[in-house]
Amino acid sequence: MAQHGDSNTASGTAVKVSRAPESPGTGVVQSDIPQNPGFPPHNPRMTDLDPNKEKRAERQVAILFFLSIIGSIFALAAYIAYPIIPGDFGSIRTNNLLLGLGITLGLLGIGLGAVHWAKQLMREDESVELRHGTRGTPETREKAVEVFELGNAESGFGRRTLIRNSMIGALVLTPVPAIALFRDLAPMADPVKLLQHTMWKKGTRLTHDPTGIPIKASDVTLGSAFHVIPEGLLQRTDMLEQKAKAAVLLMRLLPQDLHVTKGRETWNYNGIIAYSKICTHVGCPVALYEQDTHHLLCPCHQSQFDITHEAKVIFGPARRPLPQLPITVDSEGYLVAQSDFHEPVGPDFWERET
Amino acid sequence: MTTTTDTSAGVGAPEAPRSTALAKRPSVTASAANYIDERTSISGLVKELGRKIFPDHWSFMLGEVALYSFIVILLTGTFLTFFFQASQTPVVYDGTYLPLKGINMSAAMNSTLHISFDIRGGLLMRQVHHWAALLFVASIGLHMLRIFFTGAFRKPRELNWMIGFILFILAMAEGFTGYSLPDDLLSGNGLRIIDGLIKGLPIVGTWISYLLFGGEFPGTEIVGRLYTLHILLLPAILVAALGVHLVLLVINKHTQFAGPGKTNDNVVGVPIMPVFAAKAGGFFFIVFGVIMLMASLFTINPIWTYGPYDPSPISAGTQPDWYIGFADGALRLVPSDWGFMIGDYTFSLNIVAPVLVLGLFIVAVAAYPFIEGWITGDKREHHIADRPRNAPTRTAIGAAGVTFYAVLWAAASSDLIATHFLLSIEGVIRTLQITLILGPIVAYQITKRVCLALMKKDREIALHGFESGRIVRLPGGEYIEVHEQLSDYERWRLVSFQDYKPLMIRPNAQGRISTLERARGAMSSWFFEDRISPVTNTELEQAHGAGHGAVETGSADGHEIGTGH
Amino acid sequence: MAKSASQDPLTKGRVRKQGRRSPLASIALILIGLVATGGVYALFTTSANASTTAASSALTTEGSKLFQANCATCHGMNLEGTKVAPSLIGVGAASVDFQVSTGRMPAAASGPQEEQKPSQFTAQQTQALYTFVASKAPGPGIPSKEYLGGNDNAAQGALLFRTNCAMCHNVAGAGGALTEGKFAPALTGVKAKTIYEAMETGPQNMPVFNDKNLTPMQKADVITYLKYLDNNPSPGGLDLGNLGPVSEGLFLWIFGLGTIVGVTIWLTAKAN
Repeated sequence: MAQHGDSNTASGTAVKVSRAPESPGTGVVQSDIPQNPGFPPHNPRMTDLDPNKEKRAERQVAILFFLSIIGSIFALAAYIAYPIIPGDFGSIRTNNLLLGLGITLGLLGIGLGAVHWAKQLMREDESVELRHGTRGTPETREKAVEVFELGNAESGFGRRTLIRNSMIGALVLTPVPAIALFRDLAPMADPVKLLQHTMWKKGTRLTHDPTGIPIKASDVTLGSAFHVIPEGLLQRTDMLEQKAKAAVLLMRLLPQDLHVTKGRETWNYNGIIAYSKICTHVGCPVALYEQDTHHLLCPCHQSQFDITHEAKVIFGPARRPLPQLPITVDSEGYLVAQSDFHEPVGPDFWERET
Repeated sequence: MTTTTDTSAGVGAPEAPRSTALAKRPSVTASAANYIDERTSISGLVKELGRKIFPDHWSFMLGEVALYSFIVILLTGTFLTFFFQASQTPVVYDGTYLPLKGINMSAAMNSTLHISFDIRGGLLMRQVHHWAALLFVASIGLHMLRIFFTGAFRKPRELNWMIGFILFILAMAEGFTGYSLPDDLLSGNGLRIIDGLIKGLPIVGTWISYLLFGGEFPGTEIVGRLYTLHILLLPAILVAALGVHLVLLVINKHTQFAGPGKTNDNVVGVPIMPVFAAKAGGFFFIVFGVIMLMASLFTINPIWTYGPYDPSPISAGTQPDWYIGFADGALRLVPSDWGFMIGDYTFSLNIVAPVLVLGLFIVAVAAYPFIEGWITGDKREHHIADRPRNAPTRTAIGAAGVTFYAVLWAAASSDLIATHFLLSIEGVIRTLQITLILGPIVAYQITKRVCLALMKKDREIALHGFESGRIVRLPGGEYIEVHEQLSDYERWRLVSFQDYKPLMIRPNAQGRISTLERARGAMSSWFFEDRISPVTNTELEQAHGAGHGAVETGSADGHEIGTGH
Repeated sequence: MAKSASQDPLTKGRVRKQGRRSPLASIALILIGLVATGGVYALFTTSANASTTAASSALTTEGSKLFQANCATCHGMNLEGTKVAPSLIGVGAASVDFQVSTGRMPAAASGPQEEQKPSQFTAQQTQALYTFVASKAPGPGIPSKEYLGGNDNAAQGALLFRTNCAMCHNVAGAGGALTEGKFAPALTGVKAKTIYEAMETGPQNMPVFNDKNLTPMQKADVITYLKYLDNNPSPGGLDLGNLGPVSEGLFLWIFGLGTIVGVTIWLTAKAN
């Protein structure tokens, strides 16, 4: 880099630099190559030939810079003249638009002006710089090796193996406490236990999401879909974490449309069924209920579940059916859970079945 | 041309009179320069870098687009940090936006709404930040494609490819962490997907998710943690890697395309001072201006319509920002019922398979320069960028990779494709599943054939010129079309490229052929079996007969032109 | 999708609707004209001797005739339904009004779902039809005007909308995909009454939101929110169809990066 040349196009092709030959591998080294014709003759620009054109280009550049000044001033003016008026939503749009357009003009004016200047008025013929091999010269490399050898000799790094090995051992071990420190990123409780249970338990009422009003069995007419949270959720401090597990979709079908497996006969109430809303794929809310086809669709990755067949997967990347919440009614006619879900809700995890 | 006459003498000559001139008439600039130089010896740096040559080609500007959008991101991001609160403390919104008044949300969401609706220009800055982020990753992607298809990753630039690749990953990480900060419904569901994805990883998944979220999803920690990553850790690594990337660019100097006068030992272009500085500096303002224009005219990420995060609601068309799309698409394309039990433990293949496929794809991208270097065994430095057609197998591999990525990307918007083209989701997904496998193969074959055909055409034109459309009747009554010869300058672009032969496997000193060498041989013949050599001088002379002077007019040797080879 | 989203996001919705319009539209228009003439004639004849009950029974008769002529083939002479169409006993006036006034009924060629098209009947004829159907068996009636004003609690409406509607119709009401080619339509610019009737009756695959699920007041809140979206364009500028990151990403690649690549070509081209 130290001796790079800066030559005019007239000087032609650069001189070959001698370089240590490196293996071409399977590359074909051609001896019979056509001659590099060297630089083509230079074509002058209009602005080089015609002083009027040059003057005009100069004016254009200046105009662009002036436009930039106008833009910036306009942006300042817009900032003051079009404030955000509380309660007037349209004022935000105006402020955003005018301020933005002003700044845009301020930026584009400078940018276009500078490029136009460079293209039309600055020296535009090509220059040549020589490359040199990236590797250092043999002398430099020798010196570098010498430095390392000196360091080794003066410290005895290679000779005193006891010191060296014990130091390496010490260095390897020092980060370990730091890794341990990250344990307290999360609380002490065992995540597997937390993931296996939700807020639902025997007698918990099913309530409207987001109002928390209890739902009567008679409210759920055929074709309805209710978004449900457990009673008492809204009072919890860990509301979002509980909701992320306990959200339920409640639907009513004709009892004869349901294909109930053994052991689940009592989990629905006269065709009213409740399924976890959390997708078993990666946890999006599976909330798209088609009341005619009785399919549930997840809007994130398009898994589909057939509600008439206990939410079994009929399409998409999900692997397991949605867990069913066993429900019944209490003495006042409100829908209540019979128990928690019989399996963990939401996405698969390693220890799910343990 | 009047301006160039006095500069042709090289660097040394004009430097001396200028410095004496400065000594004579100490202007403010000169004394300031003197002040700084006496304390930093910056004159050495200016001398070294000031007249460095930068080749001119549009595709060489793409990396700059990334650099400039990153600067825009830093500027606007700093502004946003002054107002943003990275906290999930529940608050009740009491601001300007009517449809959220009285709604519970986190302080993060609340402060983002405050920035959008109460700070003058706050919404503009948010939109500039987000548009610039999308542009940042997009321009990195395009820049990488340029490097790949022109072979600019070859020695000595393999390491810079790696660093650039790390920058790409960091940019995506920055994007994702930033996207999640406002704690709105869209990004919250994005985090939920990440949570589900992590939980599905064998053995460690549950614990990683637990530690990352500081307890059960969503917890109250994640926004603050992502914020630390987003504004401190990731940018610090990114800036450091960017610095190394640029230093290596200076050390290696820029590649250039083959052309008359250009060799592997020179750089031809414009000097940094002043032309390139003016162009690049101006270009920064143009990139900034275009982003600003988008931000003033087009809404991006309207979190106010998404509302605060809540685990129960979701919006139709929930998608990540474009650069995460390929991962989301991979999740969508997994068929039903992928997974099994290992004893009592759940192995979710529907998560592991896409993670593995994406991981392999990414590793393949990162390792490509080393793989190609191993196959060719070429230890020379390469500073002349390939035309994509002159490396048919590499270009075809690139096309296959782009197709693969594009299918995954399209899969992330399968629902929108379905509604907008009146198709069914199931049909779209099944088609994309098939395309994911067949698409890259088809793209590979077509691209390779097209490249070889283009090389043949180049060779033909270099040897015989191009058809002029002029029909001439020869004295013998034969009609021929006159072929117009190329100029030497034009021809040079077509004939100067690097050619490789398939590897001949030879036994080593022990008389054996190692498995590795066998593999290399197989790869090599896959790469270079179909090849078209560059035109040699002898061929050229044969083609033109003795009349190399008749370059412009076209030769009248009817039999040569008519029959060809 | 890419092209239309980037070129003109504001008219995109309209373009799409045009794309969906059945080729039978012009025939339907002529039919509407003819039927409208008949309707006006009917209006004159019925209003000639007016008392409310008389008008009502005249409406029912008129509706009965229209029903026999346009609906009975599929829904049966006595609303009992056939193999191809459900029974209409007890569906109520709201359902009939929704289906007929949005042009979904009478059905066009069979597709994944019945699509919106220009209504074949005048307001008067629609009224006659639903009066007739409602006279056969009770069901959800036409919504009261007090819930359709669009000036109730937008925040509550938005909250309910996100929980109950956004998963299909998108948070901004831009619509979304369902299974097997079905889709939830966009809600932008839809009449308040139509929205109310849809919630109440659950047309096609949409679940029913009865008055216990969403009270009339809550339905009014949802309508208020949707009207708010209709009347307040995004403060950030054009909304690119409100389709979220996909349209943003496409726009960035096509417009943003396209412009910038154009600039790089200009920037590195030789001046002449």
